[in-house]
Amino acid sequence: MTAARDELTVGLPTPFDSSGASFFEVLRRQAPAAVPPLLAGQAMPPELLAQLVEGTTVLAVAALGGVVVAGDRRATAGHLISRGDMRKVFPADEHSAIAISGAAGPAMELARVFATELEHYEKVEGEPLSLEGKSNKLAGMVRAHLPMAMQGLVVVPLFAGVDPRTGEGSIFEYDPAGGRYEARDHAATGSGSLAARATLKRLHRFDDGLDGAIRTSLEALFDAAEEDSATGGPDLIRRIYPIVAVIEPGTGYRELPDDEVAATIEDVIALRQR
Amino acid sequence: MATPFYVAPEQMMKDRAEYARKGIARGRALVAVEHAEGVIFAGENPSRSLYKTSEIYDRIGFAAVGKYNEFESLRVAGIRMADVKGYQYAREDVTAKGLANAYSQALGASFMGDSKPFEVELLIAEVAAPGRTDGGGHELYHILYDGSIVDEHRFVAIGGESEALSTALSAGYADDIDRDGAVRLAVGALAQVAGRDLPAGDLEVAGLDATRPRRRFFRLRDADLEAVLTAS
Repeated sequence: MTAARDELTVGLPTPFDSSGASFFEVLRRQAPAAVPPLLAGQAMPPELLAQLVEGTTVLAVAALGGVVVAGDRRATAGHLISRGDMRKVFPADEHSAIAISGAAGPAMELARVFATELEHYEKVEGEPLSLEGKSNKLAGMVRAHLPMAMQGLVVVPLFAGVDPRTGEGSIFEYDPAGGRYEARDHAATGSGSLAARATLKRLHRFDDGLDGAIRTSLEALFDAAEEDSATGGPDLIRRIYPIVAVIEPGTGYRELPDDEVAATIEDVIALRQR
Repeated sequence: MATPFYVAPEQMMKDRAEYARKGIARGRALVAVEHAEGVIFAGENPSRSLYKTSEIYDRIGFAAVGKYNEFESLRVAGIRMADVKGYQYAREDVTAKGLANAYSQALGASFMGDSKPFEVELLIAEVAAPGRTDGGGHELYHILYDGSIVDEHRFVAIGGESEALSTALSAGYADDIDRDGAVRLAVGALAQVAGRDLPAGDLEVAGLDATRPRRRFFRLRDADLEAVLTAS
């Protein structure tokens, strides 16, 4: 009798369930095929690596009144440009964003599982995780991905948002081993991050507010595109612009419409014209 | 070795049904009312943190009466199922029908197979996806303790005084009722059957609003609920 019941009600949580309110753990148990198997120690053959789609530069800036997360639109495969309209900035929930760099497939999957994870927790527990809790959970997920990183599928996210209770904005950087580092007021990751970081360091002023932060972010992405072949600049012909997300304590996550980004881009370009 | 007594299946089902019904009748009732933009749930619940209604997925809501520990684990199981399905397929592939069937199977299996049946009744509501033309409006499934499942329309009352509540609801229901009207109708019926006024603080009112973006579930609390109740 009990065996028959176990089979039918397998989804029912048991008391002090190890999955708790975690979607990632539920997925591992209920749909193990959906979670990549652990194949550590085997390097990926070079002909496969050359076909791997990679996302490049993303950054986050904290300013008075919120945080800004932005990313270019280029994806590369080996030495080729594979896409010019890739999305690397995603809403994680209403009050935070995840931006990805590295192997595009697993990275986008990570963003999707993470967003489901946050929503799942909120529904089960009845209230959202704290921002620090979200960033810790993401660190665990990046750590769980380490065996795939050893094969060459490195995924490095950037996480930023405002705490749902305190309204305070924070940015978290990660390394491929799941190391989590809270950034002071700006962070960048991906192949063009060196150039982007230099610009952010030079131009960013916390007190300039969100408008200043949007402008600084686009300056930094522009500089990264000039220095790094894998980072795409704004595509003025096809009107494909960087994705810029703004997160404020009151209104939460929103993405700037293209014409607003385009207007700022024009200012950035005018500064460099001669 | 002791031989277990033989109990006829009819007798066993009768006993179990009676046991479950008694358990459910001890708790407070809950009503759901459909309106043009969605569905609302209302029940008497003085607790500010232990809820009988919940969000399950984008367009799907959950409400229950009976034993809290039992429907709470069913609620979490539903959220798990919906999230796993939505993750593996697409968000619009998660439906109330699939969920209601799963609940029906679980309650039905437990009713006959376990040492005691679940003492719960569940409501699963779904608001129509924007642009959906087939099948029309919203869906409302009522799942009983023995796994039987009823597809309800317009309004439904579950739990203890469900018959008296249904009568009160049918007297005031109109097809063109709006959300606030539905809330007032539901609360009015609850107050009438309870035989006293129900202040906003003693009520749990939640629902699904098809006009919201993505996550349609909402709760009406404190001042917002007060405003709706006093508007009339």
